Amino acid sequence: MDVWFFLIQALNGVQYGLLLFLVASGLTLIFGIMGIINLAHGSFYMLGAYTAYWLALKTGSLLAALVLSLPIAALVGFGIETLLVRALYKRDHLDQVLLTYGLILVFNEAQKLIWGSDVHAVAMPAVLNWSFPLTDNLSYPIYRLVISAVCAVVALGMWWVIAKTRFGMWVRAGASNREMVQALGINVKLLFGLVFAIGAALAGLAGAIAAPVSSVYPGMGDSVLILCFVVVVIGGVGSVKGAFLGAILIGLADTFGRVLVPDFASFSVYAVMAAVLLWKPKGLFA
Amino acid sequence: MSRLPRPVAIALLALVVLLAAYPLYGAWLFPAKHAFLMQKITGIMILAIMAMSLDLLVGIAGMVSLGHAAFFGLGGYMLAILSPEYEAANIWIVLPAALAIVAAVAAIIGALSIRTTGISFIMITLAFGQMGFYFFNDSRLAGGSDGAYIYVMPAVEIAGISLMNLENKLVFYYLVFGLFIGAYLLLKVLLASPFGRVVQAIGVNESRVKGLGFNPDHYKLVAFVIGATIAGLAGFLGAAQYGFVNPAMLSWHQSGTALVMVILGGMGTIFGPALGAFVLELARMGFEGMTEHWLLPMGLFVIAVVLLLPKGLAGLLLQLGAKPAPEPEDEA
Repeated sequence: MDVWFFLIQALNGVQYGLLLFLVASGLTLIFGIMGIINLAHGSFYMLGAYTAYWLALKTGSLLAALVLSLPIAALVGFGIETLLVRALYKRDHLDQVLLTYGLILVFNEAQKLIWGSDVHAVAMPAVLNWSFPLTDNLSYPIYRLVISAVCAVVALGMWWVIAKTRFGMWVRAGASNREMVQALGINVKLLFGLVFAIGAALAGLAGAIAAPVSSVYPGMGDSVLILCFVVVVIGGVGSVKGAFLGAILIGLADTFGRVLVPDFASFSVYAVMAAVLLWKPKGLFA
Repeated sequence: MSRLPRPVAIALLALVVLLAAYPLYGAWLFPAKHAFLMQKITGIMILAIMAMSLDLLVGIAGMVSLGHAAFFGLGGYMLAILSPEYEAANIWIVLPAALAIVAAVAAIIGALSIRTTGISFIMITLAFGQMGFYFFNDSRLAGGSDGAYIYVMPAVEIAGISLMNLENKLVFYYLVFGLFIGAYLLLKVLLASPFGRVVQAIGVNESRVKGLGFNPDHYKLVAFVIGATIAGLAGFLGAAQYGFVNPAMLSWHQSGTALVMVILGGMGTIFGPALGAFVLELARMGFEGMTEHWLLPMGLFVIAVVLLLPKGLAGLLLQLGAKPAPEPEDEA
């Protein structure tokens, strides 16, 4: 228990938080802009992880797998929005919950049909498979730093797109008043399809990049989904900034919970959430 | 709540009669699988009790809870914890004690949760549900993640005379059947009462209810506790039936399944969610029999129902029942 120990755990916590942010930002964008509660969001995370695993086997390069799995997740997301979700915009939120619950079942079973029920390890690229020495007997795996860096870059990129570009302007406008945006001549249907696809791609990227650390296993999307909901609600539904802070908070709570109170590790996350919601029922940035 | 159109009421009554008489004709109809089906239907009726209790929260009061299984599981765990290890527990003590504890926990969780609404309410109930799950999963209180066994059914006796032998599958079937019908009638009576009217009004428009001088929070809390306690009863029965409890009873999957039963069946109708429980569980049984990958057709089935039946099975029934002979408007 010294300063290095805390530093390492803090790094782990931040890395996990950044990863959660990638998934949760897609969830909060989709909810904030389209008003859709997408329970199947965790399935995109799983899809990204499994396509990365599969493509890494086929191509022999994790980098190629990462790059290729992104458009796959985006395409699947776009297809689901166009074929299924689109029919439900005018319906109650609960219908969306039910539909996307059905999708979870389909995704989980399709995963078992295609890739089987075994746990698979994903090889780390050799270039990144080393550790950064901290002291005589402590070191920090470089791949985890790379994950953090990629997530941070994507987070910055997202902020830039949303705050500074025309597309981001449409997205923000669509979030505050859908009809008005439509009246101004913007193709809202296409916009929504794209937002859904981007959300799916973000989750897919998170799954793909995390695969070498977490390995891939059936049902991996479910636990991430629940944590992401926690993140989104803590941050305030629809707020990307809130999702960022919420994700870091939950990443740290989970990591330190595991180390300090191993018996109640998972409990700690939900305790944090309950505490935040009791203090601010609408989340930190609603 | 308006009364059911006559054709629908008759159809439901016919289903109830079919259910009540099942032990009589089941052995003749399905000789090879009778014992299995008896057990299955008992289990489905237990889930139907839980689905109806969730409908009070979701469909009637507009509180979408994704943590309802916590109370279901807690009811079951209370039976496991309060039962002596190798002898029968006294049901007159265990059952009220279990329900009282579930109600007390529900009062605390409910009081904290109803401060939020909408999606935050979904999430905070999910958080409490998960806390309950990890409480039993991680602690050594009742076997941790392995769960705990209840070796002997509770005894139902007065002054040493046994009234019911719950080990007997037929007796247990009718006990559950009675409680299933009882729970439905209880909820209907509740909804027809002045209290129930206010709770229904809250589900429609909470601010107006406030404007009329009621405090919605009190009514929501009481509805939450009643729903949770009925779910606790269902969990108690479930634990008694299988003689086993494990943390999965409290998991969000279980809460999600109950919510699916409510939406699938048609929320706000009480009978719909019960119907949803039967259809979902029978569909699962059918798909399980067809293929090892039954979750795939199950998922497609759920998706098809959402797209084709916006108001659930109950909505379809009410539409069919109302169309051919437009009934005179019943009391509003």
